Amino acid sequence: MKYLPLLWAGLFRKKTRTLLTLASIVIAFLLFGLLQAVQAAFEAGADAADAKRLLTISRYSFIELLPIAHLKQIERVPGVVGVSYAEWFGAKYQNESNAFPVFAVDPERYLAMYPEFTIAPAQREAFARTRTGAVAGVRLVERFGWKIGQTLPISSEIHPKTDGDLNWQFDLVGVLDAEDPAVRGNTDIVLINVAYFDEARQNNRGKTGWYVERVADSSQAKAISEAIDERFANSPDETRTQPEKEFAVGFAKQIGDIGALVTRILIAVFFTILILTGNTLAQSIRERIPELAILKTLGFSDGKVTALVVAEAVLMLVLGGAIGMAAATALLPVVNGGTGGRFPPLFVGAETWMWALVLALFVALAVGLPPAWRARRLRIVDALAGHR
Amino acid sequence: MRWLNQVAQITLINLRNVPQRMGTSLVVVIGIAGVVGVLVSVLAMAEGFRHTLASTGRPNRVILLRAGSDAEMSSGIGRDQIPLIASLPAIARDASDRPLASAELVVMVDLPRRGQTDPNNVPFRGIQPSALSIRDEVRIVNGRPFARGVREVIVGRKAAQQFEGLEVGSRIAFRDSDWQVVGIFTSGGDVHESEIWADVEVAQSAFRRLGFQSVTATLADGSDAGLAALEASVKRDRRFSLAILREPAYYAKQAGVLSRLISVLGYTVAAFMAVGATFGALNCMYSAIASRQVEIATLRAIGFGGAPVVVSVMIEALVLALLGGAVGGTLAYVYCDGATLSTLNFNTFSQVAFDFRVTPRLLAQGFVWALLIGAVGGLLPAVQAARLPVTVALRTS
Repeated sequence: MKYLPLLWAGLFRKKTRTLLTLASIVIAFLLFGLLQAVQAAFEAGADAADAKRLLTISRYSFIELLPIAHLKQIERVPGVVGVSYAEWFGAKYQNESNAFPVFAVDPERYLAMYPEFTIAPAQREAFARTRTGAVAGVRLVERFGWKIGQTLPISSEIHPKTDGDLNWQFDLVGVLDAEDPAVRGNTDIVLINVAYFDEARQNNRGKTGWYVERVADSSQAKAISEAIDERFANSPDETRTQPEKEFAVGFAKQIGDIGALVTRILIAVFFTILILTGNTLAQSIRERIPELAILKTLGFSDGKVTALVVAEAVLMLVLGGAIGMAAATALLPVVNGGTGGRFPPLFVGAETWMWALVLALFVALAVGLPPAWRARRLRIVDALAGHR
Repeated sequence: MRWLNQVAQITLINLRNVPQRMGTSLVVVIGIAGVVGVLVSVLAMAEGFRHTLASTGRPNRVILLRAGSDAEMSSGIGRDQIPLIASLPAIARDASDRPLASAELVVMVDLPRRGQTDPNNVPFRGIQPSALSIRDEVRIVNGRPFARGVREVIVGRKAAQQFEGLEVGSRIAFRDSDWQVVGIFTSGGDVHESEIWADVEVAQSAFRRLGFQSVTATLADGSDAGLAALEASVKRDRRFSLAILREPAYYAKQAGVLSRLISVLGYTVAAFMAVGATFGALNCMYSAIASRQVEIATLRAIGFGGAPVVVSVMIEALVLALLGGAVGGTLAYVYCDGATLSTLNFNTFSQVAFDFRVTPRLLAQGFVWALLIGAVGGLLPAVQAARLPVTVALRTS
């Protein structure tokens, strides 16, 4: 610590140069924070997955429906402690297709399945009681300025009512929220009461899109999934059951390898920064060779001089990295506001901070070691004489 | 003339000793190459996706969906409606007086990507025989068309590339039905190349569907008047509740969300990188000038003006920037152009395969960014060099 002023003086020997290099490092880490947040958003489904939840869809495709009669049979599968189901409504709101997902659900069963969602007990009860009731995620409520008690006019692109009309109306009775910011994006949904929906729709009555099961023991998840599918094997409505996490990972893979894309961009960014910082640092050491020689003359050991040079690189990278990550953290709430809730909430997680630190140290060593090595091998006489 | 001569002289001296300052010059080039490379390749992805959807369909063809539906997947048209639609006078007929209208069924089938096991939503389209005369861009490039009434499919070229088990001769199993792949088709690189096609009647029985999702038809009169005539006849008949869209309009709409998302990502990342690279360029040009301080001062002492010094430094920065732009553009072109990617289109929830397209327009855009970075990075150091009093500059060494 007592060398900090020395390091500082070395760094700011040429103010403009150091500030410019620092600025590029800040930018690199700002990008790192932002892109990691985007990547995390794509993987949020898998991260927020509950190890004790399973998902059952039709074996052939997610667009095929399953009979509601499966419910009783799934409940009897040993190890299953709760079952809930949902049907895709295909919402169109204010003329925008799929403005948000709407699921037709059994209120009690569905909310019991997702304990990470928070809702006021009175609202929860109202949802179960009101046949035309609906509850909506807090971010949707804010985005559209909905009020509890109002009517939600939502059209369906798929389900006509018995009279052929595609325009539905529901009464907003509650707001869904979540304490964990990683889960809050999952509340960007509207839930409607299946009791009313199934009775009022023209087609596919008595069918549902998918089932969600809760198991008592997550280590049994795989075995119970197979047991459920076995029950419907060779029936007209075969199923495919997977732990929630596997399902989410599979869905993310459908989008393609976002992770690989982000990684490639970041490699380009950091390769550039590496070259830039490495060059500046090497130059700065070159200019200070006589000074380093003096340090050695004063009794600094070779190791200490080496450490000083490396420490300078570390200080620069860690400082720049911290500022960049802090900037990303500060910027993301603005970005979230800007997307109007159309994109899952972005935030910088603790893990990203850790990776940023690892990255900063790695780059610092990569750019700091070559000049440090040079400083170490410096012979005092040559250096003072001006021979490089 | 004299002034120009001075500029030329100094610039030549500058450029000739760039190799002596190889390290710093390379940093400028690499920094800018990074920005341009990322910008061009990410935008090439957005461009490729947009192009695939935009090149789908012809303006003289229309797609009919249930009123209120924006995509085939959410649409539904009853069997009883099909003959009524096909017999509308605004729809074209072929040489043997059969209507050029194809009622189609679209379902999703789960197929793994090559070398993977996770299922992907691949669109499976049941078509009527007229579909191949309506979409005359379709060519069977391998094998033969499917026979009517049997479980045979033809597969789009891109679907065959991306997903497992779609070669001619292989069998694929969907919902208690086994299908034989008998042909591979191309359709000018459009979105249909990501699909699997079969006889609609067979598909309906295999997937237990009664109705259809859409009707694609050729207009008898491709002009706006022809479209208006079709719309009017549909509106007049109370049995219909249909939305009619020209094919290009329909498919362009499907590209909306994803291509916008990719473009925003590309521009945002490139903008940040550009700021970083500008700082890098500034740094390098400052140090380039610092190392030539005595030389510049000497030139000014023997009568060269300040402006030629500024211009020459700017030219050096711009030359390096152009070099960086060229390297970045070339890298993007070599690594990305033509690379095929398949992703989930958020508008349709189905897989779309597309090729990255590094277009001349994108490359030009890359060069503009490179020059801007070079200009900003060169200007401040250039002005500083010109302003430094000669006596001061000569004394420091």
